[in-house]
Parts: sequence; C-alpha cells; structure tokens
Amino acid sequence: MTRRSLKDLANDSKVRLTSGHRLCAGCAESIIARQVMMATDKPLVVTSATGCFEVSTSIFPYTAWNVPWIHTAFGNSAATCAGTEAAYKALKRKGKVKDDIRFLCFAGDGATYDIGFQSLSGALERGHQMMYVCFNNEAYMNTGIQRSGATGFAASTTTSPVGSDITGKTQFPKDLTMIVAAHDIPYAAQVSPHNWRDLIAKAEKGFECGGPAFLNAISTCPRGWRTGTDSAIVMAKLAVETCVWPLYEYENGRFALTGESARIAEGKMEKKPVTEWIAAQGRYRHLAGDKHLGIVERMQADIDRRWERLQKLCKL
Amino acid sequence: MADEIGINGDNAVALAWKQIDPDVCAAYPITPQTIIVETFSEYVANGDVGTEFVCVESEHSALTVCVAAASAGARTFTATASQGLAYMWEMLPIASAMRVPIVMAVANRTLSGPINIHNDHGDAMSARDCGWVMIFAENVQEAYDNAVMAPRIAEHPDVQLPVMANLDGFILTHAIERMRPLDTAVVRKFVGEHKPLHPLLDWKKPVSHGLMDGPEDYYRHKYQMVEAMEKAFGVCEKVFADFAKISGRKYSIVEEYMCDDADCVAVILGSSFGTMKATVDKLRAEGLKVGACMPRVFRPWPAKQLAKVLGGKKAVLVMDKHVGVGAYGPMYPEVVAALAGGKMPKMHNCIYGLGGQDATVAGFEKILKAVASGKAKELSFMGVDV
Amino acid sequence: MAAEKLIVGGRVIEPGKAEQFETGDWRTFTPVLDRELCIDCMTCWIYCPDSSVIVKDSKMMGFKLTHCKGCGICAKMCPKKAITMEEV
Repeated sequence: MTRRSLKDLANDSKVRLTSGHRLCAGCAESIIARQVMMATDKPLVVTSATGCFEVSTSIFPYTAWNVPWIHTAFGNSAATCAGTEAAYKALKRKGKVKDDIRFLCFAGDGATYDIGFQSLSGALERGHQMMYVCFNNEAYMNTGIQRSGATGFAASTTTSPVGSDITGKTQFPKDLTMIVAAHDIPYAAQVSPHNWRDLIAKAEKGFECGGPAFLNAISTCPRGWRTGTDSAIVMAKLAVETCVWPLYEYENGRFALTGESARIAEGKMEKKPVTEWIAAQGRYRHLAGDKHLGIVERMQADIDRRWERLQKLCKL
Repeated sequence: MADEIGINGDNAVALAWKQIDPDVCAAYPITPQTIIVETFSEYVANGDVGTEFVCVESEHSALTVCVAAASAGARTFTATASQGLAYMWEMLPIASAMRVPIVMAVANRTLSGPINIHNDHGDAMSARDCGWVMIFAENVQEAYDNAVMAPRIAEHPDVQLPVMANLDGFILTHAIERMRPLDTAVVRKFVGEHKPLHPLLDWKKPVSHGLMDGPEDYYRHKYQMVEAMEKAFGVCEKVFADFAKISGRKYSIVEEYMCDDADCVAVILGSSFGTMKATVDKLRAEGLKVGACMPRVFRPWPAKQLAKVLGGKKAVLVMDKHVGVGAYGPMYPEVVAALAGGKMPKMHNCIYGLGGQDATVAGFEKILKAVASGKAKELSFMGVDV
Repeated sequence: MAAEKLIVGGRVIEPGKAEQFETGDWRTFTPVLDRELCIDCMTCWIYCPDSSVIVKDSKMMGFKLTHCKGCGICAKMCPKKAITMEEV
C-alpha cells in the first residue's frame, strides 16, 4: 500500500494529463489515469487504444498529454505499447537511450476484452515490460453504449436492448482479469478509483514488477450506466461492496484480496446484495419490481459463485 | 566489392537487413516470406545484429509494433505476404499517415480465396492506395539492392513514408540466383545513421502521435502526404544514383528495354520483366519492333516518366498480375491516365499469372504478337482467351 | 492549403496544449467551496476528473473554473460537505 498521503500526492504529483480533455463530465477514466500515473516518478511513454479516452485527449491540434503519447488503432494497443518498449530495449542496448523509462497503455473494455484481446495476450506472453490498464466501463461507450464481452448480465445497451422477448444482455461478462492472470505474468490486479490508496499501490507494483503488468479498473460511465454525473466514485465503490468487482491482485503466482474485498472476506464488512447495484443504475431499470426476480437471482448467484471461487484461490 | 554468391531472394533480403542492423524487427511467419525472418532470427540468435526481434502473434501486431517502434525512434523492418498483408491492411494507411519510415519486404503471393500460396501481385496491388512507397524487383540482385536502398528513401526528410519492397513469391524468394552483395561497411555507410523525427523516447520533449483530425485537418495531412510522395521521385533518383556509385548498378524509376524505336511496348512488373525481355528479343529477331518497360517505382506512380517512354507508340500492352474483378488489371487504368495528355496509343490490358499460372515466353509472345498486329482485344486473359 | 507548415504525421509537439481548450463552459452547476468547513483533505483533488481542484502547499485553493465541467463528484465525495453545487 502506498505510504504517501493525499497531501503528499497533491503536492508532488506531476501533471501528466492536463485539463481541457473532452471526456464527458464525471467520467471515471481520467480519474483512474491520473491515479495510475501518480504511481511512478520515472519518465513515461503512454499508449492509448482508440476509444473515448483516446479521442477526448487528442483532438488535433490539442493534446492533453504532457508525456510522450501514441495512438495507432483500436485492436492493437498492447502491440503499440510493446512496440515503444521494443524500441527502448534496442536503443538502450545500443547506448542511444540512457534513462529508465516506463511504458503504460490505456484501453477500454472493448479494446481489451474483445477486439484487442489477441494483441494483449501476445504482448503478455512475450513479456514486454509494460503496464496495461483497462478502463472497464462495461460497454462500447465511444460508439454509443453497445454491449461488449465485459457488459454485465441483463444490462440494457443499444445492442442488447430490453425487448418483449429478450431482457438485456443474455450472457455474463468474461472474467478477463483471471484470463490475464492465467498468462502467469508477474502482476495483475483489479482496482477501483474510489480506493485510490489501493489503486496507486497496485500501480506502483505494476510499474516495477519487471515484466508485463495488468490493471483492470472499474470505470463508471454515467452516460452508459444511466447514473448521475457525480456518481463515478460512489458507483465504483458499490461495485466493490457488492462483490460485482472484487479488489484483488495476482502477484508472482499468488492471489490476494485487498481493500474492502479483504475486509468483506474477513467478515469485517457487509457484502451488499446485487439489488443495490441494480437499483442505482438506469441500465438495469427494467429489473425493478417482481417481474424479473429470476434474472436478479441468477445475477446474485453468479456473483456469489465467482466470489467464493476467488476467496478459495486467495487461500492457496 | 564482395564476390558473387548463389542465394535466394528471401535470404538476400535477410542479408541486406543483417548488414543494415535495424533496431527493431517485428514479424509473423507466412509463406513465401518466412525464410526472411527465419534467417534474420538466426542472425539475432548469433549476435550478428543488435536488433530487438519481436516475434508477434499476428501480422496486425507486426506492423503495429513497427509503427510504434518507429514512432519511438527505432529503425524498423518487417516482412509479409498475401494474407499477412491483408491482415495488416488496417495498419497500412495508419503507418503512412503517421509518417514512420518503416521498410517492409512483401514476398508477393496471391490472395485467398481459393487459398493458394503462389505468386501474383494481388497482395501488393490491393495495398497500392495506402500511402506507401512501392518498389519492385526483377531478380534476386534487385531484391537485395532494393532492401539496401529502401531505408534511404523512407527516412529522407522530404519523404518520411514507409516503403514496401516487393519481390515475387517463389520465383524470387525461393529461387537461388547469382548475386553480388556489397561489403557490410559499404552498406552501413550508404544507409547511414537513423535520425528519427519527434521520437517518443526523447521524453523530455513530449510529442503526441496519432491524434484525431476533423475534416479540414485530415485533408491537410493527407495533402501533405501527396506532396511527400511527389518528392519521393527526386529522392529515389538521388538514392539510385548514389547506389550506382557504390555498386556499379544503375537503376531508374522506369526501367526500359528496347523502347526507343519500338512501335509496341509492354508494361510489366517484377520478375516477369525478365521474361518479357526474352520475349522482346525473340520477336525482335523476327523483325517485330517491340519493347518492354517496368515501373520499378510503382508508388509514387511515375505517370510522367511512363508518358515519356510510351508517348507516340502505336500500341501499349499493360500486363497485370492481378485482376480487378469486374474491371481491369490495376495498372492498366493508371497507364491509360498517364498517357491521357497526348495522342493515345492503342491500349491493351492482359491479365496473366494469377495464382502462380506460369508466365512464359510462349504466352507473352502470343499476346504481344496479337497486340503488335492489331488483333488483340482491349482486355484479354492469358491462357483463357489468348 | 498550407500543408507545408504542418508537422508531419499530425503530431503535436506542444505538450499539454489541451490546457488552452476551456471546457468550463460545459458547466451547468458550479462547485462552491465553504472555506470554513474545508479541512484540506484533498479528497476533491484526487477524484476530480478534470484536474480542476487548485492545490497550493497542501491547501485547497478553489476550483479552476476555466475547465471544471461541473460534474459534482467533489461535492458528492467531500467528507465535510464543504462543497455545494450551485447554479451560478
């Protein structure tokens, strides 16, 4: 856990992402990005996948980046980041670059779970020294809220709408953090911006783990989740408290719960029911009342099953 | 100068890269390119080069790694063919728009389907509008020479565009020919130190690469590429002239063979230029005034240079090793456009060699004779209707 | 078209130039700080998506209204309720 206080961070942090980016008001992505980049003082080279975050920080002739930054396409951000790191390795070996530089990649869930999955898997397997951060807002928000492999069961999106026959997304999200951990990289973790101390500590570990690191961050999208513009932090916190988004890490082959999730497992904190998660968001509005109790029960059962499995893994 | 050696085209390209010693090479295996990266990875394994070799999981990532590494400040190479190039396609116009001087060898192979591993120009032709400088080789020597010259063209401050160096699959990639390589020290000096523009790794001067443009800026940036392509002609000429000094081999943007007094000239690309030259010899012996030319530099399209060679001829035959199904071969309309300013010769297009169909003197003789005698159709298909 | 004046590749060599793009006019509600209640805990600072909380020497100095989009996260998260969102 980072020992730095908020005051230390506020006094010492470099502004690597400026104001004037054009993310929607209340988007969690820039909050997460700022926290991640507070975790190292070393020079950074940043990559972004195509998506909300990329577009809103780089509309020509403006750039919100105070550090070297590159975007190439949507489904290849891990390869893009890997390319910058490969150049670094070569030029450092040839004596043309002297400094100790860190390589960081930001991508949304569409770019990570879906179209960029192969590129990510390849980069992880090859062992590039880079940290990949997924902003998981559980849908393709940049194109207007379409379902992705990260979208929750029964969530209403523009390609999994609620109709007379189908009630939102009919599949559960894939567990990408576990899939990434199965690559047996040095460091992988789930994070939430509400717990900045936990997030920054994990980013510190990721930057210094000596190989590929992966952070999967729950990232509230007020527009897509149908929540208030002031909801980013409370919603992220609720995702953790309901075990929809447990905080944990995979470090050198071992799983461990962190933050509120560790306290829930220890019985020191209440695990909130999924109904609270559902009730707080317009994308689950159709689940209100008694009509879809079966769906709500399936959601709760899925959360419980995954939570039990995670706790067992953390005891290994 | 080194002695003559026997080597295939893929190994000749790999040898050139070894001599250049690029910073980053990212590649994925695909026939008939694979020998290039196999051989190059041996150079890496034996410490013959200082290159960071990134063995990626797809061609899309191969070109992506090159784009990013080049943006970071590295001299980068890759190689592909056919489906690999098709899989890279998304990244082709991005690479050129990001103005990174990547060099890519393409071992020309037809596109699926049906799946077929043999040579035609379907891969390169389908990528011709992506903003890459494209050069072709007639033989293994030229494949090697192009590989040595390509970084000079790509990295020139007036160009700053990626270069695709094409060599015909199997015909050149796998056939062993006699070739005279240059000494490594000579190659190094010729290619020179890489001086990247705005490299990401110069972190004290942070630069953003790959931003989003509105319509006006998009058009301006595209037009900037048009200007760079135009300047690539002069740069190619300069590089060819400099290369002649170190090698004794003189190249031109459009290579000519017996065109001066010809009534009828065939325009053709790649290894088939050699076959067409043999055909010209045969027909000349029979008294037919024919000639052949090859636009070695295919992008930028040498319209003016071709017009100079072809203007005033009675007939021009454009041999295309790819077909725009439902239209013509890809090169034909461009040759027609190149000649549109003057008196138009009788124009003919012949599709040949698809999927590795044998391109023989006998076949070329038939179509060239039909053109010379005024009996050929505008569009014909070798082995099918001619 | 003055393409020749552009840097190649659409690159931007002026870091953080977006600072010149003011997003403050997107705002409907404006954060107002009650200095009496503020304990300079920096909660608003760590959660501001637009880097629009001004901090100097560990003190909360107010909001950068040229860029604050008025999302209200700071008001929602302030442990002392020292920030209110007002229609100004």
